[in-house]
Amino acid sequence: MFRFIVRRLLQMILAFFGTTLIVYALMFAGQGDPIQALAGERPVTAAQRAYLTEKYHLDATGVGGFFYRYFDYISNLLRGDLGESLTGRSIGDILAAAWPVTIRLALIALAVAVIFGVTAGVLAGIRRASIFDNATLLLTLLVLGIPTIVLAPLAQYFLGVKWQVFPPTAGADPDFYALLLPGIVLGSLSLATALRLTRTSVAENLRADYVRTARSKGLPNRRVVSVHVLRNSLIPVITFLGVEVGNLMSGAIITEGVFNIPGVGFNLFRGIRTEDGPLVVGIVSVLVVVYLISNLVVDILYAVLDPRIRYE
Amino acid sequence: MSDFETVAASENQAARRGPSGEPGTPNQVGRPRKPRSLAGDAWRDLRRKPIFWISLLLVLLVTAMAAVPGLFTSNDPADCVLSRQHAAPSGGAIFGYDFQGCDTYARAVHGARASLLVGALSALFTGLIALVVGMLAGYFGGWVDAVLSRVIDIVLGIPLLLAAIVLLKRIGSDSATVRVAAVIFVLAVLGWTTAARVVRSSVITAREQDYVAAARMLGAGNGRIMWRHILPNALAPAIVVLTIALGSFIAAEATLSFLGIGLREPTISWGIEINNGRVHMRESATPLVVPSTFLALTVLAFIMLGDAIRDAFDPKLR
Repeated sequence: MFRFIVRRLLQMILAFFGTTLIVYALMFAGQGDPIQALAGERPVTAAQRAYLTEKYHLDATGVGGFFYRYFDYISNLLRGDLGESLTGRSIGDILAAAWPVTIRLALIALAVAVIFGVTAGVLAGIRRASIFDNATLLLTLLVLGIPTIVLAPLAQYFLGVKWQVFPPTAGADPDFYALLLPGIVLGSLSLATALRLTRTSVAENLRADYVRTARSKGLPNRRVVSVHVLRNSLIPVITFLGVEVGNLMSGAIITEGVFNIPGVGFNLFRGIRTEDGPLVVGIVSVLVVVYLISNLVVDILYAVLDPRIRYE
Repeated sequence: MSDFETVAASENQAARRGPSGEPGTPNQVGRPRKPRSLAGDAWRDLRRKPIFWISLLLVLLVTAMAAVPGLFTSNDPADCVLSRQHAAPSGGAIFGYDFQGCDTYARAVHGARASLLVGALSALFTGLIALVVGMLAGYFGGWVDAVLSRVIDIVLGIPLLLAAIVLLKRIGSDSATVRVAAVIFVLAVLGWTTAARVVRSSVITAREQDYVAAARMLGAGNGRIMWRHILPNALAPAIVVLTIALGSFIAAEATLSFLGIGLREPTISWGIEINNGRVHMRESATPLVVPSTFLALTVLAFIMLGDAIRDAFDPKLR
């Protein structure tokens, strides 16, 4: 186990340097004026130019200069210093204000996925090929197939603007109720996948030998399902949900942008819209790290939960 | 989701034989007592599924829309007059006009071309990369497999949307061709990993088959074995995965265009239309609802088609 964790950690470090190098190389290096590339189509003032040149050591040239600047970027990232956005706000401050909102939204989405997805998945798995099973399969296919950029604006329009069941936008410092509709929209994708995963896993385990043994020694059906089958069936579901935590935190760009929720994704959305290069790079770098770490945790969790899996 | 897809897609390879892989198999003879092949079984299964026919019909409809938009609307999508802002339906514009006074329906119809082009070409390039990488890794094994599998792991670890944002922000050009090419390139470079894993595992299964050993004993080289004997086995599962991927590439293109970093005006894309419609949805909702419906139905059609084919080929699910 220890060796597996060490190996996985080394792999993550490799992936970390790989992805940050890509992010960095694409954003800053290459032909043309890197500062203008950062700013996009907006004009750059002399003060901004001087600040960026000094911050990223743009006066050093050649391959050595590139790696010097890359190293600089990495050490700043690791120290949590993300610099300033083009509007002059510290990106660290922006993120500090945004994270709690994003985490709350992600938790709501995750709760929706667990409560509805896993329950319905277990029921569908037990009653395979029933009407309930087929209906949920079709529904999940619909949810999986409809992109968020369709689901989010339509939910906002019908439930928020037209029928006014939910507040259409969240605004600054949103409460639980304002986050509920975005949470459901965000969680619907995880809900559908969790449901299908639970269903397949339960249905497969119900045919396993140990279930037959449990039945033949006279255990009641309720106990067979709730103790024997569930325990084994939920392993892939838990790992999937673990990956989803990382995805939900980083993947809420569209949902947060549409519903005006001042989280991390919303700031990235705004950064893209306003062509704010430093803000986009800063947030993307942090999100990549969050994503890598959550994947690492899930892989280790997987090995801990399922003793059959050995990576030696 | 990708984990789930990989698991489900690789599940059905263990039990699958290549439908046309073995030379000399009397496929076309059609003797009456011949046992049905897996493909024949799958076809019988598919024929009875309404979802298969509905999604196939939708796919054909969208393809026709992309190829000949004139069949569906005679209005010019670029003919926008502000005096018609949010006007009611009239004269062929069956869904009325949007904020800029353009025909909502005509724009949605003409949006099919960009979406389908990006989706199909990304899926094609994804398939090519996946076949080459998966074939090399699966066939040669050893250190080639080790290196390529680590590359797959790393690329799989990059979140698609974030990487696409970074990559596409570098494209300064507003030329339609450049942007379409850039979006295709980005989706292909980031999206090939799932298919490559599927190809790799089916190649590993096929490599151990007796007919491969027989071909080798007859003196066939690596190239011939890969091309003639293993590729046909790896192709079918890859095509199923790519059908589903095509749907998600269309969704990804629309998402990027929605964010303003994918395709841009004057290219007509459902993502751009949805974003424009969203801004003015309080005044009129049809410019939001119409392209949304087109996009959702197209993505759904491809995903359901792939899903139905995969289910039909999976004997475990019968």
